[in-house]
Amino acid sequence: MNLRERQWIISGIFLLITLIFLGRLMQMQIFSDEWKDYAARLTEETETLTPARGLILDRNGNILLNNKAGYDIWFTPRVCTAAGGLDTNQLALLLGISREELEREFKRANAYASYRPSNIRKQLPAEDYAKISGDLWRYPGIEARRRSIRTNPSGLASHLLGEYGEVNQNDIDANEGYRLGDYKGKSGLEFQWEEVLRGKPGIKRHIVDLRNDYRESAQQGELDTLPIPGSDLHLTIDMELQAYAEKIMANKRGAIVALDPNTGEILAMVSAPTYETDLLTGRDRGNNYDSLLNHKNKPLFNRSMRATYRPGSIFKMVQGLIALESRAISPSTRIFCDRMVIGCHGDHSFDNLEEAIAHSCNPYFHEVMKRMIQDGSTGSVFSDAHSNLGDWAESVRNFGFGTDLGGHFPSLRTGMVPDTADYDKMYGRKRWAYSTIYSISIGEGELLATPLHMANLAAIIANHGHYFAPHVVKSVGDSIDDSFKPERFETDIKPSNFNSIIRAMQSVVTSIDGTGKKAQVPGITVCGKTGTVQTKRVDHSVFIAFAPMENPQIALSVYVENAGSGGDWAAPIASLIIEKQLNGEVTQKEKERRMIRTTYPFPKYFP
Amino acid sequence: MRRTAPIFQRIDWFTAAAVMALMIIGLFNVASATSGADAVDWFDWGNKQGKQIIWVAIGILFAATILLIEGEFFIKTAVIHYGFNLLTLLAVLAIGKTIGGAKSWFSFGNVGIQPSEFAKTGTALMLAWLLSRTSEKIATRDNLIKAIIVIGIPAGLILLQPDAGTVLVFGGLIFVFYREGLSGNVLMGVFSALLITVATILTGANQLNYPVIGSHSAVFMLWGVLLGIGLILWITTPYWIVPRRRKFVRRVILISGIASIGFSGMLHGGMEKVLKPHQRDRIHVLFGIDVGNPDADYNIRHSKAAIGSGSWTGKGFLQGPMTAYGFVPEQETDFIFCTIGEEWGFFGSSFVLILFTGLLVRILMLAERQRSAFTRIYAYGVASILFMHYLINVGMVIGLAPVIGIPLPFVSAGGSSLIGFTLLIFILLRLDAERFTVLR
Repeated sequence: MNLRERQWIISGIFLLITLIFLGRLMQMQIFSDEWKDYAARLTEETETLTPARGLILDRNGNILLNNKAGYDIWFTPRVCTAAGGLDTNQLALLLGISREELEREFKRANAYASYRPSNIRKQLPAEDYAKISGDLWRYPGIEARRRSIRTNPSGLASHLLGEYGEVNQNDIDANEGYRLGDYKGKSGLEFQWEEVLRGKPGIKRHIVDLRNDYRESAQQGELDTLPIPGSDLHLTIDMELQAYAEKIMANKRGAIVALDPNTGEILAMVSAPTYETDLLTGRDRGNNYDSLLNHKNKPLFNRSMRATYRPGSIFKMVQGLIALESRAISPSTRIFCDRMVIGCHGDHSFDNLEEAIAHSCNPYFHEVMKRMIQDGSTGSVFSDAHSNLGDWAESVRNFGFGTDLGGHFPSLRTGMVPDTADYDKMYGRKRWAYSTIYSISIGEGELLATPLHMANLAAIIANHGHYFAPHVVKSVGDSIDDSFKPERFETDIKPSNFNSIIRAMQSVVTSIDGTGKKAQVPGITVCGKTGTVQTKRVDHSVFIAFAPMENPQIALSVYVENAGSGGDWAAPIASLIIEKQLNGEVTQKEKERRMIRTTYPFPKYFP
Repeated sequence: MRRTAPIFQRIDWFTAAAVMALMIIGLFNVASATSGADAVDWFDWGNKQGKQIIWVAIGILFAATILLIEGEFFIKTAVIHYGFNLLTLLAVLAIGKTIGGAKSWFSFGNVGIQPSEFAKTGTALMLAWLLSRTSEKIATRDNLIKAIIVIGIPAGLILLQPDAGTVLVFGGLIFVFYREGLSGNVLMGVFSALLITVATILTGANQLNYPVIGSHSAVFMLWGVLLGIGLILWITTPYWIVPRRRKFVRRVILISGIASIGFSGMLHGGMEKVLKPHQRDRIHVLFGIDVGNPDADYNIRHSKAAIGSGSWTGKGFLQGPMTAYGFVPEQETDFIFCTIGEEWGFFGSSFVLILFTGLLVRILMLAERQRSAFTRIYAYGVASILFMHYLINVGMVIGLAPVIGIPLPFVSAGGSSLIGFTLLIFILLRLDAERFTVLR
């Protein structure tokens, strides 16, 4: 080969290399997305813009749950070391935490990422931040970022509203868009209405530099979205009544549920002892939570919906109504108070239905239920009970007992209405008769109900046989939506059958020897019924009532634990609540003073 | 063309224009790589692109000066030029400043001079002088040994700095020998050796699950394949070689087979037994083998990401986030090509590749139109050096070659390299301009 021609071989090598390079560029820049994606991961960062959370308001538009400005303190280890460190003693003092705690946070931040900020002090209220903001610049690597803090300024209705807290790993894994450090509703309405309150987070994409600092918006902001604020929740709660009820129940254990029988709207819902929602936000949440959790009075326990008590004497009204409807008795049926199987109190001996309710005669209702359950239709007491209990239980469930009352409260316990299957399981099939289970005839035994179920019973009687699903959310956002119209439930008991029961409830409150005399309200006819839940210690004091008798506007149940008989504590409290709601002002100052002053445990001898 | 026409009419303007174009492309990209996403402060002389403007100006001044000097001067002083280069290379080892682990720099205030960038010109001149002196055949063993010594001395001194990249560039001078009559077999041999080296290192780093003998290094597979190829060639020789040459061909097959496997075996043994694990890791990183350290290929991953994100047209001048916010280290110098890739896209980067190729091929054309052996040999030297820089630099940035830091001629920031390459090219242009007037 002529040496001169070797130039072509060398040129060929040059061209070949360039062709290989061009092919490689084609692959990297045009055909493959691998490097584009990798570059985007390096240079772009998506910032989540948290929308303002919806407020929760009472029926008059007063704010129950609000958002307030707060600050998180963030720490970037690398910035700090680059500037030569900082005085941890001084900073700990400033942030109000111990030096050891601060150094632990620093260590944690460093382990996470030395060039990225870590949150070392969460939810510092704006007023606290204002005191230290002027000094923060002295500490390199420390910065404050705004965040909104959920607050319940009145401290009311904490059990109902629930807790708003940091998400855990389960929430993040559920893939609903929560990321580490986000907050969400954890219990109560905050949890139940999370989707509505939360709103829709916005997205802002940034170009970042090597240190991950935001530099400019990516794609000229075309992919960015604005956050959509959460909707406000309008409740049926009357904040004034709620406040009054909580004041009355201070230092006691128990519950009050008051609702409007005409709509099922809950006006007040108290579980005592209560706590302030704000104790469970911010840095002291852990300590506060532990002390609340371990307190012997169980303040975190929502008694109004979660505590189940035996209905006791109050159940006699249900018993009477079912018996009337099934024609086992008539209002004038008199039964001898023999006190042989079951004891009684008072000096009555041969009451009719109305008197039996007023006197709370046990033998009367023992006999009433016996007529329904053990009717002799099959010739065997076992078969009688087995075939009749189902109908009875169905009728009781029509009063809401053992049901979720329309399902507006996910955390509501349904309570218990024992049915044939339950007793078959307990005693064996057909191995039980009325004589085995008679204690349910006077509301004891296996029957269980929450204060909400009992308040609902008062509403049913006030309504002569129907109720609207008890609910607490009136509307969402600004729109009045038909979907918030509550369902109507029927007991299938003729309204006329309620007359004698209501008269009996009236006489419980108004007659000279009525057990609920202390429930009287000047100028208002109150219908009520006392109850006593037997416990190993002092009995629980229970009272349900509605008023006014002619045109019921409020139905309620009052529970005071370990306070004694229903007439002594629950009845006067009901009286105060009714007067407060119907008259707007309480004139029974002495009663009010006494109720507020008394604290748990109660004096042995009642005043 | 008149022989006495002014020099500026006689130089090869295509080459000069290509060089100027590369310098201007370099200026814009250095500016982008050293400023943020905002505007460039062009005349901030403390900044890298400010300095680069000054260097380009100085380069043009040098170029003009060279064009005014008689070509005879460069030929006569080739030895002196070369000797001076060797002195500076010795001096830098004694009093040089260490930057990035290599003692390659003379430091004058805030200006650094890198003598190895100038030594390429001296070596190319010396080589041309040496090879053009013999009247008979150039590619004799005597000449070859002398030439290897001429190249070996500066290469050895540079290796002591150590700057392996620049040494590799000297290896490119094999093209000069090839053009001057070195057997093509040597070129083939060198390529084969390179191929076997790469294959040995790549297979040596992996385990393979063999039948019967179980898991062993994959290098055995390579040796098996080499042995297989040898055996097949040996057995099939009668079918493609005339009888009287069979014996010779079989001997060649035997020798090259033993040489290949022996070379590969020694290399593998050296890698495994002689080198310490961290040294082996460094070589593995060069070849893109995962050594379990995510930072090891940090530069090259970011560089590839920057280029890949350029797409067809790129993000636009100053608009590339990877460039603007410092994601690629050394971006204004050795990794300048990824600025082009990110901000000017496939169109911009392939334009630069084509410009380089055009320049290289044009230099070969200049070489072949000379009557003077000196100028021809020198031109091949220039083309080889430029090609090696192009090959290693671009290959590295797009992930086809190991990470070896050498500049992209005329484009990368840095005075020594810019002035060095300007000298290299414009001496050639002056010599080329005299091709009709002077007979050598």
